[in-house]
Amino acid sequence: METNTNRDQQDILLEVKNLKKYFPIRTGFVKKTDLKAVDDVSFFIRKGETLGIVGESGCGKTTLGRTILRLEEPTSGDIRYDGETIIGKDMKPYRNHMQIVFQDPYASLDPRKTVSDIIGEAMDIQKLYASKAERREKILNLMNLVGLNREFYNRFPHEFSGGQRQRIGIARALAVDPGFIVCDEPVSALDVSIQAQIINMLEELQETRQLTYLFIAHDLAIVKHISNRIGVMYLGHMVELTTSAELYKNPLHPYTQMLLSAIPIADPDRSESRERIRLEGEIPSPLNPPSGCPFRTRCPRGAQCCAEQMPELKEVEQGHYVACHVL
Amino acid sequence: MNTAKVKFPSLQNKIKPEDFTPLAEGYFDEENLDTEEIGYWKASWQRLKKNKIAMTALVLIVILILFAFIGPLLSPYTYDQQIRGDEALWPCLKHPFGTDRLGRDILVRCMVGSRISIIVGLVSAVIVMIVGSIYGAISGLVGGKTDIIMMRIVDIIYSVPEILLIVVIKMVISEPLDNLIQTVPAFHGLQKIGSGLIAIFIVYGLLYWVGMARIVRGQILQLKNLEFVTASEALGCSRSRLIREHLLPNCIGQLIATVMLQIPSAIFTEAFLSYLGIGVSAPMASLGSLTSEALNGIASYPYRVIFPAALISLIILSFNLFGDGLRDALDPKMKK
Amino acid sequence: MHTSRYIVKRIILAAVSLFAIITLTFFLMNLMPGDPFMSEKATEENRAILIAKYGLDQPVYVQYGKYLINLFQGDMGTSYVLQKGRAVKDIIFESFAVSMQLGLKALVVALICGIVLGCISGLCKDKLPDNIIRVFSSLGISMPGYVVASGLMIVLAVNLGILPVTYNKPGGEIMPIITLALYPTSYLTRLTRASILEVMNQDYLRTERAKGMSEFVVVFIHALKNSLIPVITYLGPLTASILTGGFVAESVFNVPGLGRYFVTSISSRDYTMIMGVTIFYSALIVVMNLVCDILYKVVDPRITLD
Repeated sequence: METNTNRDQQDILLEVKNLKKYFPIRTGFVKKTDLKAVDDVSFFIRKGETLGIVGESGCGKTTLGRTILRLEEPTSGDIRYDGETIIGKDMKPYRNHMQIVFQDPYASLDPRKTVSDIIGEAMDIQKLYASKAERREKILNLMNLVGLNREFYNRFPHEFSGGQRQRIGIARALAVDPGFIVCDEPVSALDVSIQAQIINMLEELQETRQLTYLFIAHDLAIVKHISNRIGVMYLGHMVELTTSAELYKNPLHPYTQMLLSAIPIADPDRSESRERIRLEGEIPSPLNPPSGCPFRTRCPRGAQCCAEQMPELKEVEQGHYVACHVL
Repeated sequence: MNTAKVKFPSLQNKIKPEDFTPLAEGYFDEENLDTEEIGYWKASWQRLKKNKIAMTALVLIVILILFAFIGPLLSPYTYDQQIRGDEALWPCLKHPFGTDRLGRDILVRCMVGSRISIIVGLVSAVIVMIVGSIYGAISGLVGGKTDIIMMRIVDIIYSVPEILLIVVIKMVISEPLDNLIQTVPAFHGLQKIGSGLIAIFIVYGLLYWVGMARIVRGQILQLKNLEFVTASEALGCSRSRLIREHLLPNCIGQLIATVMLQIPSAIFTEAFLSYLGIGVSAPMASLGSLTSEALNGIASYPYRVIFPAALISLIILSFNLFGDGLRDALDPKMKK
Repeated sequence: MHTSRYIVKRIILAAVSLFAIITLTFFLMNLMPGDPFMSEKATEENRAILIAKYGLDQPVYVQYGKYLINLFQGDMGTSYVLQKGRAVKDIIFESFAVSMQLGLKALVVALICGIVLGCISGLCKDKLPDNIIRVFSSLGISMPGYVVASGLMIVLAVNLGILPVTYNKPGGEIMPIITLALYPTSYLTRLTRASILEVMNQDYLRTERAKGMSEFVVVFIHALKNSLIPVITYLGPLTASILTGGFVAESVFNVPGLGRYFVTSISSRDYTMIMGVTIFYSALIVVMNLVCDILYKVVDPRITLD
């Protein structure tokens, strides 16, 4: 990837190069097939930026987020945080810098722990306080920061609503004062009205604490709202990557165009006049992906070379990368 | 807001002027006092208390334990004391459960027998819990090939008929054990227990834990995939801390319930073996051996069979019922 | 996992289990102190001859190899003590025929009573019939076999005198069958009840009702079919429990079955008999479990070996 031309090396916080994550799956008596959850994905994130990742369920976006934090060991590729590779290193010091907020606010909190112990766990592990009083003070500050009442200090997760639980999850991630947070569909399990609150809070926190986000979601509208740039994933591959404004104005990959045309528009006149591109067929099984371009089975363009060769992610306009043979 | 109980007599809200008066000073403070958290154990205990059958069983267990452990101290007789002139008595004031052919008081023998049963149940349960949970936890946590091999071993052990093996092991160890007891003073204490009981414990340690191991492994696998475990890993949590702080507390409820239900099963086995004459050695009595001794004279002295038989059924029944209640209370998810 | 693959794996596992059991029993027997001729009134010389005759003086691994080879040819050796010189295989088959006859009857009784009572209990949840059945099934799983046997003996044979005490008189089978069937009946009742209650709450039954199906069809066609699936897995352990229960029932009621032979062969140190019976029982249980698991897989394809 020739991307060095248009970016300032100083600004890059996280860089992912040719990252692959394969899961070996038994498919026969002795036969094993690799499930290519993340296949040769490269991108970078600037400091203070939000990079959105969208795609259908099963496209590998969650695995991507977890692999970047090495919660899943990458099969190959490089992950650089602040200029240094984190592959093969002891992750403990990096856990202070890189954190994650999970999708499911019910499964992501230990039901046997109080709110204070959940938020304080990171400090306990990383020994970030000198006294009990300091720990308590820090936890209360964090709770205040994410809009949780002080009285919740000793309560258990089951006493809270989904939105409040997600606040606890965010406070837990913030406890180590990280620079980078993977937000793994943090609002998709919440009510729409609560989603806005959480999104706004995440944005505020980003400003006050200079956070960098990798924001994973399947909801394009939310991703557009919060992200500076957006990457579109399909079957483990990054198919398009550009700024959010550009992506909406000028989507180049047929898959992105389909996704965008599927967003409902609140204005009936515009909605009717719009030409909808229907997404045909099912997403193919990642165990048995199509040869060449992974999207060719559902693609309206279809060319000879699509079945033979995997299109590379090329920069077609400044800062706009697309992986498609037919442009 | 108790909308569930209101039957909506009219669709119009009845608004009274009082509804618009300001709330008293400190209204919310008072509400806050009410937020005292209920822990997992407290909540479980409250659920258990509501279960009348389980509570009755608990009371019964306490009474039976007192009967078995304090009872013999209060009795004027000992379990092996042969009282001359009191042979083969029917239940009377002096001997509420009667006496046997040798003039031994059946009440005190039943107490001692119950003690054996309860000890066997508890010790076996502890053995099963320790071996089973360690094995299951290792298998579930390590995963991969280790897990597959460990679980295949469990499958094999699972199909061994344990009763037969207990019998065989008891025969194998009984003589070396007797030699050991006679030659090494430190093992004198074992003499009373007898090789039969030790064989039971050995077999429980070798075989019976497989059910437990499966349950623990299942729980660990289930928990391992939950996001809060991943979250702790993302915080840099070490493996030992993960087990101690997250996995264990989350499956302890199921563990306890399973162990509780293991107790009656162990008592069952001991009674069965004693009945066959390979449990405790005479003159020590267990409820099984008491019944089997008395069976010959069943036509003339039915009371000698009835008391120990009823007692053992009562012990097993109370542990069963209490175990059921405990399982429901500790794991409300299963009750659905 | 494909059904055929599952079955192959399951059969291999069963074979390995059986082999492990055979090996374990053999070496345990060899650890046993003394030899079967110690109690005989024989001179040292005669004893040595007997030991040499049965190959007990050879190294353990030679004996083990021989035993395995013989076993594969269906030869379990001859009884040393109990019925001297008779093939263990013959003794086992002869006495097992008696045990199996009783066992099968008890199995049928347990299955019918257990499932029927469980259904009644589950369908009348928390009503009078359910409460009565629950009390009795709790009692049933809490009474060791010998308690049941002696209770029956006292009430039916001694006090009322309506049934004979020994097995070979007419009606003598009834008490052993009740003894054998009580625990499995109670267990099956509880199992069926729990299973029915779980199934009755499922959405697909609600759909059936919403479609206007009669309650009869809902319960007996749709609910029962699925709630009996767990019962199948219990069939393996059930057989085991009826077999081991046979030890007690057979010795109390003097039934000339395999259970009683096992007990007597233990006390007389009849090595080949003990080994033969242990291996025979284990094989039976392993095969029963195998059949049940395969049946289970066929009925419910979601099951995997893990």
